[in-house]
Amino acid sequence: MSVQNLNSYDPFADEGDPLGDSADVGSTSDYIHIRIQQRNGRKTLTTLQGLPKQYDSKKLLKAFKKEFACNGTLVDDEKMGQVIQLQGDQRAKISAFLVENGLEKSTIKVHGF
Amino acid sequence: MASGEPLFDPSLKKRKKKNVVFIEDPLGADADPTKPAPETIDSTTIAGESVDLGPTTAHELMAQAPAVASEPDDLNAMFGDLKKKKKKKIPMDFGDDSGTSTPLTKEDAAPAEAAPITADDLDFSDMKKKKKSTKKKAAFDLDAFEKELQAAPAAGDDDDEDGPEPDGAHLDDIDEAELGDDPFAQAGDAPVGVDAGNEPWLKSDRDYTYQELLTRFYASLHAANPALLSSAGKKRYTIAPPQLFREGNKKSIFANVTDICKKMHRQPEHVIQYLFAEMGTTGSVDGAGRLVIKGRFQQKQIENVLRRYMVEYVTCKTCKSPDTLLTKENRIFFMACEACGSRRSVNAIKSGFQAQVGKRSKNKTG
Repeated sequence: MSVQNLNSYDPFADEGDPLGDSADVGSTSDYIHIRIQQRNGRKTLTTLQGLPKQYDSKKLLKAFKKEFACNGTLVDDEKMGQVIQLQGDQRAKISAFLVENGLEKSTIKVHGF
Repeated sequence: MASGEPLFDPSLKKRKKKNVVFIEDPLGADADPTKPAPETIDSTTIAGESVDLGPTTAHELMAQAPAVASEPDDLNAMFGDLKKKKKKKIPMDFGDDSGTSTPLTKEDAAPAEAAPITADDLDFSDMKKKKKSTKKKAAFDLDAFEKELQAAPAAGDDDDEDGPEPDGAHLDDIDEAELGDDPFAQAGDAPVGVDAGNEPWLKSDRDYTYQELLTRFYASLHAANPALLSSAGKKRYTIAPPQLFREGNKKSIFANVTDICKKMHRQPEHVIQYLFAEMGTTGSVDGAGRLVIKGRFQQKQIENVLRRYMVEYVTCKTCKSPDTLLTKENRIFFMACEACGSRRSVNAIKSGFQAQVGKRSKNKTG
């Protein structure tokens, strides 16, 4: 039947392998990751990783701490670079804050449950 | 948490949009909305000539029917007011079927036309402007339309519809513009079965329209073969909810991981790796094939993570089909869609930064 013929037709056959020049396969570099970690009891920790260089993470941390009324630190990780670490589950608040202050929502990835 | 949901929505919209485009073709091919219409449906669906997506679209047509109602806007240009008039009736029929449930008589026809459009207004505020401009245009073109009306031989179909005619024609325009953005809202009303003997044209002396017959055809088709409906556009991909138990105070047991993995056609290792990376914990699989996760988790939380897993690693990004294969080549995972044949790489699972929790003395690096 012609439907099946249509199905087997590959419209991108002459495009070559779309992943042939995939330099950034699986790259996570351009995302801001917001993660959560469980601590003892019902305590949690929120980490923000991959903040673009043009933002001052120290100032951002200060703003976070004030805005969310929580404590937090700046952790230097040899692989991940500077990571903002906040007490409690601040994921939704962080992403709302970042979006409000002009970051693209598509660059923010919220992880965790 | 919320990131999964918005991902779904635009995708659905896109899919519908695609369908609308496809549907346009059969209509364009033979635009006579009157009696020869049923044959044209048959030819397109059976031979599958103008339907590109294969059998699925044919049945999604059913779901799309109301959307189609206002869709073939290009035809407006080609075929005069006869076509417009037919189309104008259709939205009111569907409104009758699904939304308002108030019986629409001919006197109600004009308000009924307005109703769906105001509903659309709520969805898209920016569309409003477009609408207004087109309405203005309607006013300007009134004369032209009236001329066309006289020219068209079948113009005097329904007497009471002659008055609001030009408006309706332009509202069709608008509908089409909105369909480009959100056919989803209208498609929701779609699969209203037309009961035999309940067709709206039986009560009035007007002719049935192409769209009505189309809906009727698909209603009877699906009534005869329910299997077609379930395998087509309205199909829902369901997975059993994860079963979570607490083991002791600090561990959760995810009992039906293997079942869920089997349902998704994914390796349990991959799923488990993703779960651990996302939730920032560790765990192990016990003898009975259950997953023991460190930390307290609820079913809802696991469900969220699984949902995100499906968006990322199971559903095809192109056609939204969950019928995909995940293969690993040169340390990179590729997802190949069984339904549409697309193939793309997927992100590697990365756990990212893990903060120090617990005692430092237990941790060498800390």
